[in-house]
Amino acid sequence: MSSVATQQADTHSGAHEEETGLWSWITTVDHKRIAIMYFVTATIFFFVGGVEAMIMRFQLMNPEQSLISAELYNQLFTMHGTTMIFLVAMPMAVAFFNYVVPLQIGARDVAFPRLNALSYWIFLFGGLYLNASWLFAAAPNASWVGYATLTSSQFSPGVNVDFWFISLSILGIASIAGGVNFITTIVNMRAPGMKLMRMPLFTWMTFVTSFLLITAIPVIAVALIFLGFDRLFGTVFFDPGMGGDPVLWQHLFWIFGHPEVYILILPAFGVISDVIPTFSKKPLFGYPIVVYAGILIGFIGWGVWSHHMFTVGLGPIADSFFVAATMIIAIPTGVKIFNWIATMWGGSIRFTTAMLFSIGLLAVFTVGGLSGIMHASAPVNLQQHDTYFVVAHFHYVIVGGAMMGLWAGLYYWFPKASGRFLNETLGKWHFWTTMIGFNLTFFPMHFSGMFGMPRRIYTYSADLNVAIYNQLATIGAVIFAISAVIMVWNLVQSWRKGEKAPADPWGAPHLEWSIPSPPHHYNFPELPTVRSREPLWNDGEREEILAVTMGEATEEPHMPNPSYWPILLAASITLAWALVMTGVWWVIALGIIPVFFCTLMWGLEPAFPEDH
Amino acid sequence: MFALARGGAVLLLLLLAACGTEYPQNSLSPHSDFAETIHQLYVSIFWWTMFILAVVWVLLAWVVVKFRAREGDEKPRQIRGHLGLEIGWTVGPALIVIAIAIPTIQAVFATQRPVSEDAMTVEVTGHRFWWEFHYPEQGITTANELVLPVDRPVNLRLGSPDVIHSFWVPKLGGKRDANPTVAVRDGEEPKYNWLFFTPQETGYFYGQCAEFCGESHAFMAMRVLVETEEDFEAWADRWRESPGALPPSGPEQPEDETELEMAGMPVQADEPDELEVGDEDPLVAMGRDVFLNQATCLACHAIEGTSAQGDRGPNLTLFGERTTLASGILENNPENLAAWIKDPWAFKPAAAMPGVDYDMQGTAGFWPATELSDEQVRAVSAYLLSLK
Repeated sequence: MSSVATQQADTHSGAHEEETGLWSWITTVDHKRIAIMYFVTATIFFFVGGVEAMIMRFQLMNPEQSLISAELYNQLFTMHGTTMIFLVAMPMAVAFFNYVVPLQIGARDVAFPRLNALSYWIFLFGGLYLNASWLFAAAPNASWVGYATLTSSQFSPGVNVDFWFISLSILGIASIAGGVNFITTIVNMRAPGMKLMRMPLFTWMTFVTSFLLITAIPVIAVALIFLGFDRLFGTVFFDPGMGGDPVLWQHLFWIFGHPEVYILILPAFGVISDVIPTFSKKPLFGYPIVVYAGILIGFIGWGVWSHHMFTVGLGPIADSFFVAATMIIAIPTGVKIFNWIATMWGGSIRFTTAMLFSIGLLAVFTVGGLSGIMHASAPVNLQQHDTYFVVAHFHYVIVGGAMMGLWAGLYYWFPKASGRFLNETLGKWHFWTTMIGFNLTFFPMHFSGMFGMPRRIYTYSADLNVAIYNQLATIGAVIFAISAVIMVWNLVQSWRKGEKAPADPWGAPHLEWSIPSPPHHYNFPELPTVRSREPLWNDGEREEILAVTMGEATEEPHMPNPSYWPILLAASITLAWALVMTGVWWVIALGIIPVFFCTLMWGLEPAFPEDH
Repeated sequence: MFALARGGAVLLLLLLAACGTEYPQNSLSPHSDFAETIHQLYVSIFWWTMFILAVVWVLLAWVVVKFRAREGDEKPRQIRGHLGLEIGWTVGPALIVIAIAIPTIQAVFATQRPVSEDAMTVEVTGHRFWWEFHYPEQGITTANELVLPVDRPVNLRLGSPDVIHSFWVPKLGGKRDANPTVAVRDGEEPKYNWLFFTPQETGYFYGQCAEFCGESHAFMAMRVLVETEEDFEAWADRWRESPGALPPSGPEQPEDETELEMAGMPVQADEPDELEVGDEDPLVAMGRDVFLNQATCLACHAIEGTSAQGDRGPNLTLFGERTTLASGILENNPENLAAWIKDPWAFKPAAAMPGVDYDMQGTAGFWPATELSDEQVRAVSAYLLSLK
């Protein structure tokens, strides 16, 4: 694989200018452009999910309101959850995998550039397909966990659940392909000297996350296929009347669902493990421990799924096992937090926006982690499960953890991607409005949950006396929405006319900062040789990192051809899945033909320019 | 640091606001042994987590203030780790986790112990979107308001004929799912979930379905009335006395002296005085006639002692004693009841009940509009409210 990147093309006449038209973006296989497309798409979906959340917050602002119908509310919370997990948090992390990992390991692209493009297009089409359900007033309405038997054709006779299981099946393909791609890239395409234990933490966490992706996604794929067969072809996997078991769905879903939590959080841990050392001017404290803790979290993450199921009635022995496993996972997480604090200890901390978001993550993610310990205790969970306390908990983990980490990464790597800084003043406004809005939205939910407000309810009785907490949450949500607008304003403004950024604007230690901002489409003119964990920080040994001084390549490196087969194959896969909704076997069979055709043409297409 | 200060301030304010307010569905106000066990465990874990949070936040605030970049900073010492510290902050949290896990696992077994011999069983069935309570020992079936005697252990057997529901009455303990009952071979026992607890105080408790069960999940509440043993037995006797039947032809309705004593005066005092015994309101008589002979009510509803023996919908015996209607979402009074009978979907979309002028079409089947006149609706509600 690495030979791909080291091949040198024959001399071209003059410097090869990158194409910039729409067609060049549609056919691109450049990991950096794909990353930008991932980020922009995920940000747009972030606003879609955010609007859904805002409507819900206004519906819940006062007790016994009916601004919208119960049915619409149920569609909104289902779509909000599905969107934020599958179309925002995951792909936004993948955007960073794409941009950063090849640069951090000194590679010219990912291992399978066309597969990478395919992942993006499948993600886009899957997301559009899911949201197309709004046009039919048939958005999924059985919650993002889609528990059987509510999703059966008996209790959900419309196409709502069909949209849900089909789009998740489509999106899963993108995730698995992405996982395979990044594992291969990280295993095979590291620059000389980039041993595993010299990799930056972000690359490490991408590596762990990719393993979680390729192992967890197939489990939900199986569950979704069972569900599809139950709904369309009359099988009875989850039909209790025929001896099927609805609890089976919950096991399958959470065997996927809990590793999914770590799929969301580990990339953020990776980001701040790179950001905190840079802005503390100190190497990461306890690097091997932080790496092992991440791997351990990934592993143990497989053995805790039933802590989502303490109310299901699995019996005291199963409950005790999952209590123990869940509590054990708190230990490596705690270790990481102490290591990050120790990294800052004795450092010289610069409060850039990226650093603020990292510190913010430490402050608020801890709250989510600790409320997690509360409901890891099975008996306590019996009170907290499916209440707003849990809603508070997982928003502290996913927004306060995953999203804060990714926003830290945004401010950190934006200069690399655009050649311009994000405006720091706007950035600080973004950070503080996020902190205030986020905490004001979700902290009161601990109280409403404790005082008896279940989640997934369209409205609540005035008797419960939880209106005040809901009103605070709604005000907080407005502030949080403003923070998102500030972020996008900053992105747009800074992309066009932000302050120019040099190659290494932060004095950061890793390879991505050794090349110009933005990088050449071939990244590294020559492959760097790595001798340490912080290649750019080795005072006196700077000559060992040849890439630092690299400008233009004298010869254009041999890069893969652009291709329109990824977008066509993605479209045909989406079409094939969409036809599943008909439930007619021969229509479904016909739908597979374009998939075969596009795959064949893909296979016949030369991946590289022909040799002269 | 600002985060810390603000978080602390918000916490304090909310705690102050929380004091002195009545939360009928409060999970922090135990009124049974089960709830008490959970609460004690919760309180101990709460303090452990507050301790950890304080350590992390204080450390973080200290580091952020103390080590901020200043003019003329030297390059910091490049420390890569410290084995002792790593061991320390692995072992420390591990010990805390053990301190939490041991009482947790003890409580797991304590709250799922085998059924005690003297316990009273109630079969709880979650329906879309209401609760059915069947007392096999007493032969009683009621809906949405569970009546329990104080200080007697109770075993709730939880099941569902449709989707997953979750039985949750926070002051009496944690929730447990009412799973759809999986079909088994002949001779095998279907698997049910159980909840065991002993109510320790009389009272009126709020509860609600806690597992999303479809369109009107938010409207699937319930009440639990914990009464003295005497009141409970009196209630059970009244239920069996079949108050819904036609009144005897004589002007006097027979009253059992001893029973009256057992029932206690409050029950009698609560009765509206315009309904003199034996002097039946003609509206009630009309309502009975509509309910039993004209409309299709009895296809789904049962009233003990009458020809209404439907089992698809809530059993309405002693309906007049209920404090709420439509599974805990409306106060039980004539106006609400009439409005509900006319247009149930206005209060509970997709409820399995037709309106006066619309059919019920849904997963529960098809029932045509009742086509009752306003007067008939008032009559039916008067009849139902007379069932006490």
